[in-house]
Amino acid sequence: MCGIAGLIHRGNTSKVGFELQGMLQALKHRGEDSTGYALYGKTNGQNFIMRFKVGENVGEGSNSVMEDVSVYDERKKIVDGYLSDLGAKIIKEERILPYSLRYEIEYDKDLMEFSQKIESVPGVEILSMGKSLEVIKDLGNAEAVCKRYNLDKLVGTHAIGHARMATESGVDIKSAHPFWGYPFSDVSVVHNGQLTNYWNNRRVLENKGMRFMSECDSELIAVYLAEKMRNGATLEEGMKETLTGLDGVFTYFVATKDSLGMAKDTMAAKPLVLYESDDLVAMGSEEIAIRSVLPQEIETYDPFDGEVKVWQI
Amino acid sequence: MANLKTSEKKTKAQSMGLHSEVLTGKTQQKFFNPDEAENFYYFGTYDVDFNKRTEIDVKNMECREANKKIDELMKDGYGTIVIKNPQGKHSLGVGILNKLNLIFEGSLGYFGCGSMDGPIVRINGRVGWSCAENMMAGKVVIEKNAGSCFGAAIRGGDLICKGSVGARTGIDQKGGTIIIGGDAGAFTGFMMQRGRIIILGDVGINLGDSMYDGTIFVGGKIGSFGSDAVEAELTDSDQDWLKRKLKVAEIGENFDVSKMTKVVAGKKLWNYDALEPTEKKGAI
Repeated sequence: MCGIAGLIHRGNTSKVGFELQGMLQALKHRGEDSTGYALYGKTNGQNFIMRFKVGENVGEGSNSVMEDVSVYDERKKIVDGYLSDLGAKIIKEERILPYSLRYEIEYDKDLMEFSQKIESVPGVEILSMGKSLEVIKDLGNAEAVCKRYNLDKLVGTHAIGHARMATESGVDIKSAHPFWGYPFSDVSVVHNGQLTNYWNNRRVLENKGMRFMSECDSELIAVYLAEKMRNGATLEEGMKETLTGLDGVFTYFVATKDSLGMAKDTMAAKPLVLYESDDLVAMGSEEIAIRSVLPQEIETYDPFDGEVKVWQI
Repeated sequence: MANLKTSEKKTKAQSMGLHSEVLTGKTQQKFFNPDEAENFYYFGTYDVDFNKRTEIDVKNMECREANKKIDELMKDGYGTIVIKNPQGKHSLGVGILNKLNLIFEGSLGYFGCGSMDGPIVRINGRVGWSCAENMMAGKVVIEKNAGSCFGAAIRGGDLICKGSVGARTGIDQKGGTIIIGGDAGAFTGFMMQRGRIIILGDVGINLGDSMYDGTIFVGGKIGSFGSDAVEAELTDSDQDWLKRKLKVAEIGENFDVSKMTKVVAGKKLWNYDALEPTEKKGAI
């Protein structure tokens, strides 16, 4: 059991970090192993924001091995060197935590080559790459992660997030949601459920050159969608294909620079409650998540089995 | 074995081994004897007065606290209780075993009004998953939409949703009536064993999948039939019953019940283990 939540402001911006924190904290009983945010902020549209990690959080419940900070420093140094080799210019650099970094970079070439190079450094993973997307994920509940990364003041148009109870893979950042839709900038996915044809699909996609960073079944959705989009499918077309291409039970959200989508499997085995108005769409595994941003009486409903919906900002 | 086609119902059941099980320990059946009524005590029930009315605001209460408060009010004889600001909280109004007018001014989360026996509940909002699960008797009216597993395993009473409901409505239903004013999702009536479901709108795929018994009436389109669910003839008495039921439920009063589709169990899956392999294939 995990909890997912998402919201999109249509035509305006808001403190999406704070709002999503409230929604995910309301779902903390669905899992507190890790919490992840995919926040779509206001940007100048020129530079990429790269969120990446050079190590794991070894906090309570983690399966990761403790590493010395000097190892992180060494990895960071290699990444900086690779960025220079790739022709990427670091505009701004922030080290949020010893293992978690945020770079604003100028880069205009192929993202797949870029990611492969950076992630060839052991222990390094790009959490997100985008001109408005920033993925922040770590161990603990929504409130703890929000506080650790100062997310409550982040202003943006839309966001998706995940409160995780680890079942299929370890308690670590690499298995936490959201997953970046590598190699597409600004694509992220969160998922509630289990996928039963994960390995079959993974083998096929890896043979096509796609990359998996974890053994978490949910990562498959991001990679599956990215591969469909790489071949020319729109987001909505790709999402519709997941209904038959992926086996198991799932409700997932996917977000891009200017849109937010949801899909529910054909058995409708995983919950989702949806609120939709002209200026705001909010959804979550339970109504109490929506109530944290809309405490007044509202019209909500459960989407039906096999339903796919996409909203634009 | 006796001839199943000609034997009486009781003999037939005994011949099929349904009454031959020897129950021991906690599983022993105990039947109610009216002569011993005064010796029966239904734990957790109260004598309440419908005219004694009160309101509580549960905005800042946890569900346990709110349910305890309802229990205390019933203990004090309150027969009409209005709950303000439920705000989608889970498990509110559960385990009420006596008559009561319970009104929720807002929406409930999961498992609202579960395991109850007798109250009349009105919810002026929506409900999440598994509303009124295991209800024995009473009436629950939801003014808006409902989530999945609506009325799971209910044994009796009337459960009415004026909006649309999610998947698996009436799963494992063992009695009572579920009425839906809007549409219903996939696997409606999944494994239902008794009782009736009325859906005025459309219904999703696998309607009545693996149902043992019971009846489903659908006013709109059907996505697909599930295993062993078949269409049956809509009789005059069915129509009379539907009209009466919809009127009492204050829903779809002018609905043309003559155009409804009646769905029942084909009963090919009954005694499935006793079937020959080829018969099993045909049954599914």
